[in-house]
Order: sequence, then C-alpha cells, then structure tokens
Amino acid sequence: MSEYKIMTGNEACTRGALYAGMDFFAGYPITPATEIAELSSELLPRRGGKFMQMEDELASMAAVIGASAAGARAMTATSGPGFSLMQENLSYAMTSEVPCVVIDVMRQGPCQGVATVPAQGDFMQARWGTHGDHPVIALAPNSVSEAFSETVRAFNLSEKYRTPVIVLSDATLAHMSEKVRLPGAGELEIAERARPTCPPEEYLPYNQKNSRVSPMASFGDGFRWFVSGIVHDDTGFPVTNSPDAIEDSMRHMLDKIADNISDIESYEEYRTEDAEILMLSAGLVSRCAKSAVDAARREGIKAGLFRPVTLWPFPEKRFAELCARAKTVMTCEMNEGQLAEIAAKYTDGAQKLVPVTQNNGTVIKAETVLKAIREAN
Amino acid sequence: MEEHVFDRYLRRDKLRTMWCPGCGNGIVLQALVRALDEAGVDQDKVVVVSGVGCSSRAVNYLDTCGLHTIHGRPIAFATGVKMENPELTVVVVTGDGDCTSIGGNHFIHGCRRNIDLTVVVVNNQNYGMTGGQYSPTTPPDSLTKTSVYGSYEPPFDVCSLAAGAGATYVARGLTYYPVQLKNSILEGIRHRGFSVIDAVSDCPSLYGRLNKLGSAADMMKRWEKLAVPVSAAKNMTPEELGERVVFGELVNTGARREYTEIYSEIIKKAGGAGND
Repeated sequence: MSEYKIMTGNEACTRGALYAGMDFFAGYPITPATEIAELSSELLPRRGGKFMQMEDELASMAAVIGASAAGARAMTATSGPGFSLMQENLSYAMTSEVPCVVIDVMRQGPCQGVATVPAQGDFMQARWGTHGDHPVIALAPNSVSEAFSETVRAFNLSEKYRTPVIVLSDATLAHMSEKVRLPGAGELEIAERARPTCPPEEYLPYNQKNSRVSPMASFGDGFRWFVSGIVHDDTGFPVTNSPDAIEDSMRHMLDKIADNISDIESYEEYRTEDAEILMLSAGLVSRCAKSAVDAARREGIKAGLFRPVTLWPFPEKRFAELCARAKTVMTCEMNEGQLAEIAAKYTDGAQKLVPVTQNNGTVIKAETVLKAIREAN
Repeated sequence: MEEHVFDRYLRRDKLRTMWCPGCGNGIVLQALVRALDEAGVDQDKVVVVSGVGCSSRAVNYLDTCGLHTIHGRPIAFATGVKMENPELTVVVVTGDGDCTSIGGNHFIHGCRRNIDLTVVVVNNQNYGMTGGQYSPTTPPDSLTKTSVYGSYEPPFDVCSLAAGAGATYVARGLTYYPVQLKNSILEGIRHRGFSVIDAVSDCPSLYGRLNKLGSAADMMKRWEKLAVPVSAAKNMTPEELGERVVFGELVNTGARREYTEIYSEIIKKAGGAGND
C-alpha cells in the first residue's frame, strides 16, 4: 500500500535506500548529509540490517565495498570533502565491480567552504574525482520525491551493472520538506544481484571479453573468488604485463555502461518542442529554471528545459539534437559553470552559450534566470 | 595419501611467488596456511583481505576468498566483510607501511572496536615494493632509500600500539621462529576479538643490502641476539633487555566483548532480530 508522507530530502534518500533493500550503511558524520547516517543507524537494525559509523570517509567507502562483496546492499552518504576522501576507493569499486551507492549531498566549496549551504560544485568531482579513465553513473534528483525514487534506481543500476552509483543531492534538497508518495512494497522494480548458478570450480567472477556483467558471488557462499583493483582477467586475478588484458579490462568497464545507455540514462524535457532558447539544468535548481521557462513562454519567448536526471553518463544524444535546433543554449547551475563546459561540447558556434551561474550558497531565483533569458533572447 | 596442507590452501597455478629469494613473506604465508589448517575452519568461509605492498600479495596465492584492496585500507574493508557476515573467518595480511602508516587510523580503530579480525602485520621494516624507503617501523639510524643519512624518525612498536588501542590479542612472531609464528597466528584466529600478530620479517634485497646485513640467512640469524621470548624477558632487567624485541604472546584477554556480538544485541534491542 502506498502512502503519502512529508519528509526531507535526506530522509527520502534513506527511505529510498531501505525500499531498495539497503542492509548495510557505513558513514562518517558530515554536514549536510548526516541525517542519512542518523536515520540509517535507527532504522537498519530494526530490520536486521547493519549500521557502522567509521573512523573516516576512506574507511566508510572501504567498509561499504567489503560488506557488498560479502553480499550486502550497501550505501554511504557524505558531502564534498568526504566525497573527496572516498575517491580512491570508488575507483576500487569500479575496477573490482562491486556494487554500492554513494549519496553526495553537495555543499558550497571548495574545502570546508560553507558546510550548511547548497551548491553544485561536485558535478565534475562525481565524473572525474578518482584517478584514471572510468565510467560513472551519477543521478541528480530535483525533488524530495525523486530523492526517494532515484536512490531506488541507484541501487538497481548498481546491482545490474556491478558498479558504484552516485546520487547528487544538495544542502537545500537535503533539508527541505515535501510531500512524497511512498510506493507500496513491490510497486517499484527492485533489481536483485545476479548470483552464479554454475558449480564453484567453473565460476568466473569477471567477464573482460565483452560488456556483459558476470554474476557475483558473495564471500562465504562456496565460491572462493578473488576481488582485486589490479587489472585482472575473468578469474579476477591480476594480469599486469599484457597490453591486451589492460585493453580488455578497460573496454569491459567502459562498454558495460556505454552499451546500456538506453537503460541507464534518463532526462526530462520541458517545452523543448520548438525551443529556441534551450536551458540545461540539473538537480533542485532546475525547478527554478523550469519556472523561468514558463515565465519566458508567457512573454512569448520560446524557451525550453533539458534536465539530465542521469547527469553521468550525460544524455548527450538527445541534448545534441536539441542544441542543433536552438539559437541559444543556456545553463542554470550553482557553481562556476560546470554544465556550461558540457554544453560547450554540443554548441558549435551556431548557438550562443549563456551560462547562468551562482555560487554564493543560495539557490538561483527564477526571476534571475528569467532576466537572463530575456537578455539572451 | 593425505593431501598436503599446501595443496589444500595454496593455488598452485599462481606460484611461484613474486617475492625475492630470501624474503620472509613466504615463511609468513606458510605459517598462515598451517594456522588456518590447524584451526580447522571451513575453507569456504575464509576471507583473506590485504592492502598494497609485497606482503599483501600473499592473498594472490591462497585458495580462499581473497580481497586485495588498496593501500592502507584492508582493515576497513575487512571490517565491512566481517560486519556483514560474522560467520566468516576474516584474516588481514598487511605490511608495516600499509598497516601502521597509511592505514594507521584504521588499525587503531579496529583495535578499539575489537571486531573479530586476525591482522598479520608482515613487518620487514621498510617499503619493499617501492624500492626500500623507511617505514614507521624502520629502526633508528638505518639506511633506506629515503634516509640515506640514517633514519631519523622514531619507530612504532606495532604490539604496543595495538595493545594501547585496545586489541584483545597481541603477539609477536618472527620468521626466524616459524613454528612460534604459526602458533601466534593460530591463537589469533581462535581468539574472538581483534587479534594482531606482528610478524617480524626481513627484506634482504633492500633493507638488508642497504644496511650491509649480509645474506638472507645472516639477516635471520641476527634475531637470535635481537629478539627474546616473553618468558625470558620477564626475568630480565631493563638494562639486560636493552633494545631487544620481545616475542610471543603479549596480550590475550577476554575482558572486552567482540563488536559483531554487541551489534547483534543492538539488532535485538531495535527489534530487528530474525529480520535479516
């Protein structure tokens, strides 16, 4: 049975995770994400799950990966500085193909910045924060409802593609309250982890020759498998002196996401059918961009909004199509223009590129965006 | 003919090891294998977790579940494994740099939590894999690639560090005394709580060569003079003991309860027992 409840974004992330079957959480206190840990510490043991407050974010990410390899649906939550500390272990989860979910509640930065106010400065940290080339799945909800449903989707994608999935929230979304329709049990699809069905001696935990994802055993269930962050073959054991093995490993990691783009990516289009001014915006602030689009339309300006829900991989195909039809491409973002850098890739000089950025710890007002639209028109 | 313990626990196809001739890692590996075998644990339920460094490669040769993690973090990974499934026998193989330098924070917090892990610190007193730099356990005045004028940092005593942070089983073994080393690891595996075994080892290729300590055998023989068992140390004055390392069992207490046991009571208290 579904029900309606008023809750904050942080609570919605936690409840979404629990709906998706989270049974392990490890984290470290950090504003503005802490309530996710607090609520997890209360609710997880009620259903037999485990909560751990670790000594730091490096350990939190490590414990999450360890628990997942032992069979858990595991998550952590943090903000920019803690997210930085998790980056090396994130690359471990990518390489070793261990599913897990990381909620990054973005706050103003860099460094300590202002811990209590929102920003969108981690778009690129989510994409390129760790070292080396790698694919990333990062989801950007724009409402408390979506904080719930996108966290569920984060678990699903994570299990399906055996990869860490990042949810990008922000300090305002985290702490504002909205009505959420909580789905009943079984209403939303929950992707179970594919388990090996072959005899243990035939089990190959990895599949480096193509983009398919191997089933994943859990420690202790009879499959003596090997997990490593080193370039490995299908057995999981290191192969370090073979250019072919390195190539296979990289291709597999990248292709398993690239080949499933249609399943992974999601975006919202609003009044884009004839948009001459195309606005690109993600996360909570996209709602202000949407209001501005409506206001601009009332003034006869043909504005539209493209909102990537899957920020990474960026839904480039559709965005490029819309860009090609637009005269002006604008962004609305709470940073110094990280989306504008993406948009620049798809505007070839035929379109004007006008970033609307604000990085002062407040959400951009719709009037500010409207003013910019008028000026750009 | 009964299967040899090495055939049961080692992946023959992964041998030979990547370690240099004379390295102590092989002795620690065989001590671990014998300890696991003697402990009679279910081999399918053994997870060996390691970090990065020469000794951390041990996990590559073991026919158990293996989690070869990143530098400094094996205890944190192992904590997640054990917490998720307390039925598993979780052993951490780590080095002096991996455990007490980059991983120092995880080490002391593992000790404090008293979670049931057995941590074997293969302590060869330098960073071998990167070519022989000084580590937190390098003896004073030693020559390493980053202390060419002699090491000027005071070293950690791994066992005192573990005991001070709350580990409930602490022992020191040496590759020169492999049976005693095996027994210490075995007790660590049997112990319900956080166990630390400081496995004092040698790196003849780097530390030994740079400090002109002779062959691998010469290096090992040094420990006859440099180390003294707990039983003998008890009757020695501080002057007699001098700088010598004391080996054997140093802490073995059941005074503190194990972490996952405590958490299972938290689950009961929260009303979640039977729901997992």
